[in-house]
This record gives sequence, C-alpha cells and structure tokens, in this order.
Amino acid sequence: MTANIGQISLIFALLMAFYQAIIPMFCSFKAQYTGMASARYLASGQFAFLCIAFACLTYAFLTNDFSIKYVASTSNRSLPLIYKISGVWGAHEGSLLLWALILSLWTVAVCLFSRGLPPVYIARVISVMGFISVGFLIFLLLLSNPFETLPFIPEDGRSLNPLLQDPGLAIHPPMLYMGYVGFSVAFAFAIAALIAGKVDRLWVSWVRPWTNAAWSFLTVGIALGSWWAYYELGWGGWWFWDPVENASLLPWLIGIALMHSLVVTEKRDAFKAWTVLLAIFSFSLSLLGTFLVRSGVLTSVHAFATDPARGLYILVFLLIVVGSSLLLYAWRSPSLKSTAGFNLLSRETGLLLNNVFLLTITACVLLGTLYPLILDALNAGKISVGPPYFNAVIVPLALVMFLIMSVGLALRWKNDSFSRLFSSLKLLILLALISGLVLPALWLTPFNLYSSIGLSLASLIALVAITTAYKYKTKPLASVWGGSIAHIGMAITIAGISITGVYSSEKDIKLDYGESYVMNDYSFKFIGVSQQQRANYRADIGLLEVSKDGHLITLMKPEKRLYDSKSESMTEAAIDAGFFRDLFVALGEPLSTNSWSLRIYHKPFIRWIWLGALLMALGAALAVTGKRYSNRVAHEQ
Amino acid sequence: MNTKRKKRLLAIVLLVAGVSIAAYLALQSFNENLMYFYSPSDIKAGKAPTNHLFRVGGLVEKNSLIRQEDSLMLEFRVTDQAETIGVQYTGILPDLFREGQGIIARGKLNKNGLFVAEEVLAKHDENYMPPEVADSLKMHNKAQ
Repeated sequence: MTANIGQISLIFALLMAFYQAIIPMFCSFKAQYTGMASARYLASGQFAFLCIAFACLTYAFLTNDFSIKYVASTSNRSLPLIYKISGVWGAHEGSLLLWALILSLWTVAVCLFSRGLPPVYIARVISVMGFISVGFLIFLLLLSNPFETLPFIPEDGRSLNPLLQDPGLAIHPPMLYMGYVGFSVAFAFAIAALIAGKVDRLWVSWVRPWTNAAWSFLTVGIALGSWWAYYELGWGGWWFWDPVENASLLPWLIGIALMHSLVVTEKRDAFKAWTVLLAIFSFSLSLLGTFLVRSGVLTSVHAFATDPARGLYILVFLLIVVGSSLLLYAWRSPSLKSTAGFNLLSRETGLLLNNVFLLTITACVLLGTLYPLILDALNAGKISVGPPYFNAVIVPLALVMFLIMSVGLALRWKNDSFSRLFSSLKLLILLALISGLVLPALWLTPFNLYSSIGLSLASLIALVAITTAYKYKTKPLASVWGGSIAHIGMAITIAGISITGVYSSEKDIKLDYGESYVMNDYSFKFIGVSQQQRANYRADIGLLEVSKDGHLITLMKPEKRLYDSKSESMTEAAIDAGFFRDLFVALGEPLSTNSWSLRIYHKPFIRWIWLGALLMALGAALAVTGKRYSNRVAHEQ
Repeated sequence: MNTKRKKRLLAIVLLVAGVSIAAYLALQSFNENLMYFYSPSDIKAGKAPTNHLFRVGGLVEKNSLIRQEDSLMLEFRVTDQAETIGVQYTGILPDLFREGQGIIARGKLNKNGLFVAEEVLAKHDENYMPPEVADSLKMHNKAQ
C-alpha cells in the first residue's frame, strides 16, 4: 500500500517535471504568459508529489515495512529511530530520491524568491531545472526504484551499514546534496542567459545568492564528511584524496571560482562569458560527482550501486547535459561581450589569478581522480594514484594561491599601484610574519618551513580580511562581512592544516593491561577492556587513563563493536577534543588475554580545519542574506 | 597596445604559465606516485617491480596469519587461487580483515620475495570484494 502510493506519486512527479521542462520553455518563445506562469504551479506540484513519495518511504522505514526491498535491505527492527530516518537516504535508491526532492525544493525556492524577475527568464530557469528533474526521475523509476517490492515479506531486514549509523553522517548526505543540486540554479540561470544572449549586473544579482547558498551547503557537507571520516573510520586523518572525496571537492573548487568571477561581472561588467562557463562547469562537476559516487565505478563506502545499466544511464545523462549546454555556450557566448578594461595591478587581475589557480587545481584533482578510471576502462592496467601525488601537486599551487588571496582583497578595482599596496600592507605583513615565524618557534618544535609559510599566509589572509571589512564598515553588514568571514574561515582552516599536517604524532602499539605509553607529554595508561551488550551491538570497551605532568586529565573509552545483524566489527575511536589539540585512541585487536594493539594519536589544531570550514559556510550564507538581491530587483523594475 | 589587448594577452600568458607549471608538477609526481596492481601470479611471473611501490590483492589464505609475540609485526599469505605470496605488515589490521576474504595491500617486494606492506585495506562491507581482486580471481579460475 505504502509502496503503491509512493510509486504513483513518483510517476505523477515525473509527469509534472516533464510538463515543467516543456511548456514554460516553449511558451517563453511565443510570449504566452499564461503558459510561462504555469511553471510555478508545475514546480510546486512536482514538489508536492515528491514530498508524498519521500514521506511514504520514511513511513515504510518507521513501520518496518519489509515488503519493500529497499527498506528490507537497509533497515531492521532493532535499528534506533534516528537511523531509521537517516536510513531513508542511507543507500542508493533512497539517496537518489533525496536528490530529486532537493532539486525540487530548490526549484520551489527559486519560484518563491524570484517573483520580481521577468516572466520569460524565470520560465526558462524553471524549465531547465524541470529537464534535470525529468532525467533523475526516469532514472529513479526505471533503474533505482526505492519502492520495488519483494515477492515475500522477510521477518526482519538486513541492516544499515554500521559505519553509517552515526549522527554526523545522518546529515552529511542532505547537506552535500543541497550543495550539489544547488548549483543547478546557477546552471539554469546560465542557460537562460545564453538563450537571451545577455549577461548584465542584474543577472549577476539574481545568480549570486543562489551560488553562495549552494556553496555554503556544500562546504558544510564536505566538512561533515571529513569530520566523520576522522572519528568514525578510525584512521584519524581528515582528508584521504579518496575519489569520492575528490568528487565533492571538484564542484566546491569551481564554486569558489564562480563566486569570485560573479563579483567581477557584477562590479566591473567583465568576465561575462567566463562566468557563464563556470556556472555550467560547477553543475556539470556536481553531476560528475553523482555519477562517480552512485554508478559503482568507484569502490568505496559510498558506492552502493553495482548495476552497470545505472552507471551507463548517468553517464549518458551527464553527456547530454554537459554536451548540450556547451554547444549552446559555443553558439551564444560570442554575444556576451565584456566591455571594461583594467590594469595589470588591480583587483580584477587578482581575481583572474584566483580563477586560474582554482581551475588548475581542479584540473589536477580531476586528472588524479579520472585517470585510473579511464585506464581501467581501456583495459590498460589497474593503477591507483595515491595521496603523495595530490599533496605534491596541490600544496605548492595552493600556497601561491593563498598569497594572491591575501593580497587580492587589499587591491583596488581597475587600477592600483605597488607603492600604495605595500604601504597599506607593510604593517600587516610584519604582523603575519611574526605570527607565522616567531610565535611557532616558541612552542612548535622542530621548526618546519612549510608549516611556517602556511601560518604566515593564514595570518595575512585573516588580517587583510579583518581590515578590509573594517574599512567598509559604513556599507551593509552582510555583504562586506560575508566575504571577510569566509576568508577568515579559510585562514583558520589553512592554519589548522599547516600545524596538524606537520606536528601530529601517530603510533600503533601493543600494550599490556596496566602498561603506559607517553606521547608529547601525555601519558596513556591502558587499564583494560570490558564487554557490554547494547541495543543492536556488543562492544569491547577499553579504558585508558590519560595524564599530563602527573595529573589525570581524562579517561578515554575506545570501543570495538560487533553488530548483531552483521558479523563485522567496527572501531569506535575515543577522542578527547580540544581547541588546541585532540587526543585520539582506537582499539586494534586483542593480542593475548591481557594485551591489545592500540592506535594512539596526538593531533594539534585539527579542530581548526572544520571550524574554518564552518566559518566559510557562514560567510557565504551571510552574503546570501544581503539586501542586495530584493532591492535590486525592485529598483530595476 | 590598447588596454583590452593587454588584458587579453595577460590573461593568456597567465593561463599558459599556470597550466604549464601545473602540468609539469602533475606529470612529474604522477610518474612517481602511480601504483600498479599485481596479482600473486603476476608477481611470481616476475612482472612486478622490485623497488617501486605497488599494490597486491587477493584472498587471505586460511590459517596463514602469524603474529609476532612482542611487536605488532605480522605475516599472512595472499592468494589468487593459482599462486600465493607472503605479506608482512606492522600495525593494526583493518576491522574487516578476515582470513578467506579479499584485501588489497600497498607496499614493496623485499629481496626474499616477501611483500612488505605499508597499508592493508579491506573494504567496508562483508560481501564486498575489491574489483581488482574479483577480476584477477576470475581470470585465474578461467585459466585453470
């Protein structure tokens, strides 16, 4: 019953999406305003049906309706409530339903917040989003139907992968998808601009908030994923250059390039065609990310699907979307002429360099991610590209980019001079060098050049961001502070990476009960391991006393869990989090009756990485709330 | 030259410079960091490099895991059902490491033909088999 309602709702949603893709676009060329106005109703209708479908699936999870194959394979009776809910998007089919729902949510948001826009424009934007929705809904119905029923009803379901039974991960996919799919708005506006053959400041003021919002969500999504990998996978790292991580990093990087290019287009009426191209790229890379993660070509915790038809479908859909939008671009972009000129030393040049470096970094990440896949597809050998490649290529590029980033914000539009720039920055540069070189020398040993460069650049970025925001303090708060807060966030993340990347200590060690191990002044005393039965798993719980200078600081209880539904064990690390350092202990395996292997880490400043990411997201979100958007629309009309 | 031309020229010079630096860096470290995958049969046939990192994969042979008493060093054997190779590793094995299941190890061959692993990977699903391992098992089953 639930399955039927869900299934029928999906079909109705597809119908709505189909009309939404066709009617408004067609009518926009015939100047038929009723037809164009139907876009809003069709989008709302589609959203309503997708909500019903999503509610049905959630209801099926809550009521343990194991007649539905998807529920039976991802949930079971003993699963705690929160994971029954997050289980809805815990595997392939449900996560794609969430994708479609979020796309529809963004479409409705565009309808709501764009009432002042020309009807022709808005009709085309909603139509493009409808087209994307058609592609995903057909995929859902034909190849990944979450409402597929089983011929028999099993007594109990299998289970959600224990790794995914975690609050951080329950909200990671929705956030990430809000970001991925959010770029479809900028994409749709780019297509509409190409059809109209015109990009102006007004257009930018429409696109900027959506781009910022999408990027903000994506940042939170990536940060959550990184944080989860840190504490849940038991590896203690925060980024692994795993292809799936890279897949989310690519649209994120292009998103940054797009946000900055949009600034130039709005302020200086330049970079027009380029901005449109970036908008197309950002969503194309989001689709590529979805393809990589959901098609099964990548092997990782994220790759649920192994059905080749699914991979093929997404690949063809990707090619249609990217191919047709690039063709349209090639045809129409010559009409997007940029008029403004600028001098060699100017903020435009800074932002141009920002874009050049971001695109280069994106290309390097793309190369390392796709090359092994292409080689494999051509049967030319199975290779993998490890973190050393990414570190060797990305770190130097990023350092130069950070230098440009720090100075760039202090540059003037159109024309600037080195002497002015230097005199306005010399104090800040001095302060940055002190905090990057002198301060670490006092309490970070031994001296490390990379770490010091990173810290100096981070300080300079933060200092310039603060002074810039202060200089424009008479302007609206949100638009000035939005950018500055995002830059400060980046600086904090850079500082975190610079310190934790160089000064972390890691040790795998065998400890007997009662034995101690000392790391960076912290003494870890291994008391023992006890067993406990919990809701849906059995746990071995270790106990360690951590002391410093003879004083007990904390007790740490790392766990090894054995889930009832599966015969696999899971490491649950114990983390003593702090602003300046994390202590991290994970249980390995029992080596004898009273000794275990243990993994002990000391991670200075690691929290700063995620804290900075949250600030970046906050900054981007603040910029969205700027009054700019609605005022401009009202003003121009 | 007018400003517009200058701007274009600048953009092109910057792009070319950026891309060539990146291409140089990328290709150089690409060559250094590419890791090929070899099955135990490939290694026995002498196809694997002797002083370069690579990856080996297969099933962990039943009852082959031996731990050292006083350290975290251990040895086990990996098989593709045709040939087997000894793997030495120091550290904590992943949660899903089991005898009889598929793993991938990254490391180098030592002089005695023992594979010294820096990292051992077992994926996050008990039904999961690394595709490299699945392929090489399939190939050797066919060959027999």
